[in-house]
Amino acid sequence: MISVKNRAQHSSSMKWRYIKQRLFFAVVTSAVALIILSLGGILSYVFINGIGVINWDFLTQHPRDSMTAGGIMPAIIGTFYLTLGAIMIALPLGVTSAIYLSEYAKQGALVRIIRIGINCLAGVPSIVFGLFGLALFVVFLRFGSSILSGSLTLGILILPTIIGASEEALKAVPQTFREASLALGVSKWQTILRVVLPNALPGILTGSILGIGRAAGETAPIMFTAAAFFTAKLPHSIFDEVMALPYHIYVLATAGTHIDQTRPIQYGTALVLLALVLGVDLIAIVIRGYVRRRKRW
Amino acid sequence: MINNGIINNKIIEVRDVHFYYGGFKALTDVTMDFEKNKVTALIGPSGCGKSTLLRLLNRMNDLIDGTRVEGRVLFEGENIYDPHVDPVEVRRRIGMVFQKPNPFPKSIFSNITYGPRLSGMTRRDELGALAEQSLRRAVLWDEVKDILSQSAMMLSGGQQQRLCIARALAMKPDILLMDEPTSALDPISTAKIEELIEDLKKTYTIIIVTHNMQQAARVSDYTGFFYIGKLIEYNATEKIFTKPDVKQTEDYITGRFG
Repeated sequence: MISVKNRAQHSSSMKWRYIKQRLFFAVVTSAVALIILSLGGILSYVFINGIGVINWDFLTQHPRDSMTAGGIMPAIIGTFYLTLGAIMIALPLGVTSAIYLSEYAKQGALVRIIRIGINCLAGVPSIVFGLFGLALFVVFLRFGSSILSGSLTLGILILPTIIGASEEALKAVPQTFREASLALGVSKWQTILRVVLPNALPGILTGSILGIGRAAGETAPIMFTAAAFFTAKLPHSIFDEVMALPYHIYVLATAGTHIDQTRPIQYGTALVLLALVLGVDLIAIVIRGYVRRRKRW
Repeated sequence: MINNGIINNKIIEVRDVHFYYGGFKALTDVTMDFEKNKVTALIGPSGCGKSTLLRLLNRMNDLIDGTRVEGRVLFEGENIYDPHVDPVEVRRRIGMVFQKPNPFPKSIFSNITYGPRLSGMTRRDELGALAEQSLRRAVLWDEVKDILSQSAMMLSGGQQQRLCIARALAMKPDILLMDEPTSALDPISTAKIEELIEDLKKTYTIIIVTHNMQQAARVSDYTGFFYIGKLIEYNATEKIFTKPDVKQTEDYITGRFG
């Protein structure tokens, strides 16, 4: 009797467990579905609305008729310069900081505080970076609103990403490589240069490319430091203002006198920006995949 | 019984060494001499301090944060822990082979020439000759002479370990430290490395840490038995493995513990 009763209880508790499992899986699956749907939604919405204006002229011409016609070439060029400048500033600074943190610094309170600082920097709203850049580079250092100021601001913005990725990449290099090199009577610096860095390079590159994507897409940091509503000519020096894709979208959609007329151009610009950022991310993914296949330790 | 008296031609003298990992004391009052051009084996159960002592001899323990050494380690009469001694220079003269083969993910040739190149040897023909010589010494030349430009990661574990030995030899060290060099290898590769050790001791002083008592008996001239951070017994290998003075040593080598 008792055993039969137990078995009944047992089976009902099994059923309940089974239901719980199904429920949990359903929740998890729908969370994923929601994310993919919203991503797909955004992408296809921008694509459908923007694809109409995309053609060769749109990518290679200056804007005309108060932005209501023509292309966005100066904004593409501007975003290219700003991003290039940002990475040229952030990459050397970020990689050397990461080398210090992971290879040289004695792990302790100081390094912990520096790490917290870097993480905080990563969490600062981008508009704050913009205001900081305005105060320091544009006004105090008198760089004006320029490619230089904008690149510096964006460089600081993506610094935490690059430091983080570089540190991870350096840490992922097996300790046995360092030992092998040092045991051969090779100095620490040479060991880092010849063994650690080359093996960390792919990870550093992946992180940097993600940083590039971020820098290309940000509006707020360049709003006061680099971006212009319209420039008649392409920039000639790093002290010139530039047009930039994210800012172009922003002003056309909010500040222009022809907001409704320029709607297709706004979507077209957004599509170009999205394609650029996704393209850059894709490069990162391909590099990572390539390196994973080559790695054998 | 610690019979340092039997060592005539001392190349390394460890004197009153204590070693700490943070608050943990890993070695207590170790005094031990090493004979030139002989093989000395360090044996003992896991955690007994034998690897720690080995890594003290070329200052590899420097790399671990929070460690502390007391006492002296004399290499050809000079204390390698003296503040003016450059650990990089010490490691150039005292090479090391690790438990797991650790070639760089570079070509076989680059692995061998890595050290010499960074200490200033640049001429291609010199490097080539050195690579061949080192690989021959490590009895690997015939197996790899046609694939020198291929990745060292392609080699088998045993070949990788001999490559690591060749890489260490290319620096022309005086001493070769080996930290359980065969524990990750199959019996055939192990036999090859043991043969190699036999051959290398004509030119080099070899100090080898091993878990494998038969190996210690086969390859070494002297054996030191460690237990809980202390050197318990040190003597000619034959003596240790036939008539040890200390009961603990006998218990360990006969497999009663460890």
